[in-house]
Amino acid sequence: MADETPKPEELIQIDHRPPKTDWMEVPVNIRKGMYCYASNPKSVEYVGLPHAREWNPLDEDWKLPENWQEIIHEGFKERLEKFRSFKVFMDICVRCGACADKCHYFIGTGDPKNMPVLRAELLRSVYRNDFTRMGKILGKVNGARPMTVDVLKEWWYYLFQCTECRRCSVFCPYGIDTAEITIMGRELLNLLGLNIDWIATPVANCYRTGNHLGIQPHAFKDMLDFFVEDIEEVTSVQVDYSINKKGADILFITPSGDVFADPGTYTAMGYLMLFHYLKEKYGLDVTWSTYGSEGGNFGFFTSHETMKRLNAKMYAEAKRLGVKWILGGECGHMWRVINQYMDTMNGPADFLEEPVSPITGTKFENAKSNKMVHIAEFTSDLIMHGKLELDLSRNDHLKVTFHDSCNPARGMGIFEEPRYIINHVCNNFYEMPANTIRENTFCCGSGAGLNAGENMELRMAGGLPRANAVKYVHEKYGVNMLACICAIDRAALPSLMEYWVPEVDVTGVHELVANALIMPGENERATDLRREDITGREGVEKVEEGESEGESEEQADE
Amino acid sequence: MNNKTLIIAGLVIFLIIVLFPFWYMRGKAAPAPEPVLTPMAKAAQACVRSTEYMKSEHMQLLDVWRESVVRDGKRIYVNPQGKEFNMSLSNTCLDCHSNKAEFCDRCHDYASVRPYCWSCHIENPKEKT
Amino acid sequence: MNLRYTIPLIAVIVLFLIAFLGAQVPGLQYVFGVVIPYLALITFVLGFAYRVIGWSRSAVPFKIPTTAGQQKSLPWIKHSKFDCPANTWQVVVRMALEILTFRSLFRNTRMKLKEGARISYQLELFLWVGALAFHYAFLVVLIRHLRFFIEPVPFVVQLIENVDSFFRMEIIYPVFKFGLPGVFISGFVLLAAVSYLFLRRLFVHQVKYISIASDYFPLFLIFGIALSGIFMRYVTKVDVTAVKELTMGLVTFQPTIPAGVDAVFFVHIFFVSILLAYFPFSKLMHLGGVFLSPTRNMTTDTRVRRHINPWNYPVPVHTYDEYEDEFREKMVEAGLPVEKMPQPAPAEEPASDSEPEQEEQKE
Repeated sequence: MADETPKPEELIQIDHRPPKTDWMEVPVNIRKGMYCYASNPKSVEYVGLPHAREWNPLDEDWKLPENWQEIIHEGFKERLEKFRSFKVFMDICVRCGACADKCHYFIGTGDPKNMPVLRAELLRSVYRNDFTRMGKILGKVNGARPMTVDVLKEWWYYLFQCTECRRCSVFCPYGIDTAEITIMGRELLNLLGLNIDWIATPVANCYRTGNHLGIQPHAFKDMLDFFVEDIEEVTSVQVDYSINKKGADILFITPSGDVFADPGTYTAMGYLMLFHYLKEKYGLDVTWSTYGSEGGNFGFFTSHETMKRLNAKMYAEAKRLGVKWILGGECGHMWRVINQYMDTMNGPADFLEEPVSPITGTKFENAKSNKMVHIAEFTSDLIMHGKLELDLSRNDHLKVTFHDSCNPARGMGIFEEPRYIINHVCNNFYEMPANTIRENTFCCGSGAGLNAGENMELRMAGGLPRANAVKYVHEKYGVNMLACICAIDRAALPSLMEYWVPEVDVTGVHELVANALIMPGENERATDLRREDITGREGVEKVEEGESEGESEEQADE
Repeated sequence: MNNKTLIIAGLVIFLIIVLFPFWYMRGKAAPAPEPVLTPMAKAAQACVRSTEYMKSEHMQLLDVWRESVVRDGKRIYVNPQGKEFNMSLSNTCLDCHSNKAEFCDRCHDYASVRPYCWSCHIENPKEKT
Repeated sequence: MNLRYTIPLIAVIVLFLIAFLGAQVPGLQYVFGVVIPYLALITFVLGFAYRVIGWSRSAVPFKIPTTAGQQKSLPWIKHSKFDCPANTWQVVVRMALEILTFRSLFRNTRMKLKEGARISYQLELFLWVGALAFHYAFLVVLIRHLRFFIEPVPFVVQLIENVDSFFRMEIIYPVFKFGLPGVFISGFVLLAAVSYLFLRRLFVHQVKYISIASDYFPLFLIFGIALSGIFMRYVTKVDVTAVKELTMGLVTFQPTIPAGVDAVFFVHIFFVSILLAYFPFSKLMHLGGVFLSPTRNMTTDTRVRRHINPWNYPVPVHTYDEYEDEFREKMVEAGLPVEKMPQPAPAEEPASDSEPEQEEQKE
């Protein structure tokens, strides 16, 4: 964590009262800790996006193309025609203020321009000036202003302080979705090459290597092999997996973050163990892919076109491998893209079959057309049909709460499936307060590409509402584990917890599944996947790291 | 689904509702009714107050009368010209305007007003007695 | 002084003076009573249609409903039908709840940062009550006014009048008399609600900060409309028959200005005309827009039925073949299956200077 990041007791001093000065008179102050570094020109260039150049947000001169105002105006106009959402949302806001205190960034920073309505007004003010007569005549009094460099900087600063979580849209009487406005705004900024690097480089990586982290195929396989070893050490079972396998039943795609960084890695191990179990018991053939080694889609945070370009790999790879349908791992915005965009953008996937679980026979009617099933749907169906042997006591050392990730919550509506799974693999599950979960859930504060290191203050402030609710259940019930179904969450929440509620760890739901899953031929496990003691198993001898397979099996036999 | 058609259909329905009075009343004229004065009213020439005043304020006047008679027992009304009247709907007003249907009701119906005078007072005291 | 509400306030006062003084000039009564109302109505109808058609011309490329409840997935999981509607019928219910009961506003909470760094979110329904009161009072007032535009007055309108004037009250003092003929509650609710909506813009800091002239102007205008209406009915009194003669003249296209119509009436109808003409060019268009919000009016069956994007166009992608060409050797070496085995003479790798750097580990 950056040293400049204020301490929690400093950060909690938030004044939610707006200043006396009119918001148009308050100049944008691009502050360290609150913004992400500018995009690396090589990354922008690699995917062929315009105006790649070296630039620094703190500089006076952003090296904008000469006709940048024209580009913005024309881009704005084009998007008003292409997206009814944009046009209607520009027109009908009545500024009732219902959304004002719903945004985690506003709650955490008190900056009035983080009120969703004002974030939208940043664009709306220019819209009024450029596209409405009333705005042109009345000007500032009526909230209209011409596009200037300062306005552009303000756009950039605040559009990259929105995680597109859609919480405001739940409360808006007209359903105005700031995510939609941010998406449009970021598209416009990208027309001028004004992206942040934490988005631009993953996009370029994903385009080239198939995943955001730029892991090349052989390295990807190495990672999975590494997990296989780890799993063996804990369970004494050597799991088998397929990769790039033609003719498999199912293609599995998950965010690469889980293959790369803790604690997502334990979730990835969970997948490997589940698929191994299903192969041994029921002969299910699941394959991973290196070309499609990314579920997430940072193109979504760049432009619709970039989103489509990156998403195209999923169907292309499924087609190449000749699988029946696609299974998607635990991820947030990945599922917003799959659920609401993929079929429209890159479908129809008529070369795939309507998804049916070969084990339970369940037809996934809700994925009939796009042919992609969420792993929480898949696993909860397995549990419901009693197809998994589970030992819940292996999660007894955990007191679990569940964080609904923004996109699966408000862009998909997957609330019950993960809870069903957690309740069937854990004995101790506690919900956070009702106003902070399900459709009211709070963002981790780092979504939509804002999970960088340099904007730590922003992330900690934005994550405050979430952390505060976790703290509540931690103090009330002793909750020590925060479960989620999002890879960004697994990357972002640990820092957030460390900052606000250090006693709580973060896990994916399938890590919990794997802990409870009784693998054929396994030893009696003394620890969970993280090698932490399981309650009541303290007597069981632990498997030392580096011991060979044979030895551990012997121990298990004793 | 062609949602453009749906939107236009919705718009048309909305405008039909908004313009309802225009198409509903098309080709009809609805001039203000002319209250009929009885020979006795004509002969009296003036009401308790001016015609203009009576047109817009008669309901208020009657209400004040009722209040005065029922609560205070005062029955004499003096108009600005100094003339005295008995505060009585039945005996003063309906004495001249004995034609409720042609005098009172016409305008009341036109303006959609349903005064509750007639829940106590009989319509034409002269005829009934 | 905040120009954002002083300018609209002055504007409404000026409009009042224009109508009030203008109506005293005999010839101008025709302008205020006939010409302006017709022009306003034409502006309203054409403007409204123009705006809605404008929206309809914009494409709906993606199905982006806000899912505010459990999706329809496995048969044994309870589907939240009206917060995550899976078919058109359920969308209709969701929209009806939204439009008729302001359901989303009903969720409103107020955030408070309390001592001990605890954040709470309490249900806050004043806005919902105020908005509901305002809109329904306005609707009832509008329906009641049909008595001036239809002859004979339909039974439904009479019924609403009877219900609306259910409470009788009168105040009779020598100087102040009020309450006859019957008190229409809706008018006073409208006045109170519009005052509340104004006061909250003035006193709720966050709302004050975001309010602009076009938020205040309609509030002042509607306040003026309600006040002039109430004034006419209960205080100054007008010759209702003459007023109806005027309005019926408008409706039947036989415009006339009968004698004895008070100036307050011209103020009232002038305010209404301004509101009508202003409507299509303002945020008041939320009346139409609320039906078109893609986050509310679409089904959430995005994985069941493919939504068509009318402007979907092919985009450049990085194909598997290109990918394998770049990494073939490494794949073969790692034992990963490939489509084409490497050539005996190893092909040159593509220029690597344009390759993005590998993401550094963030944790």
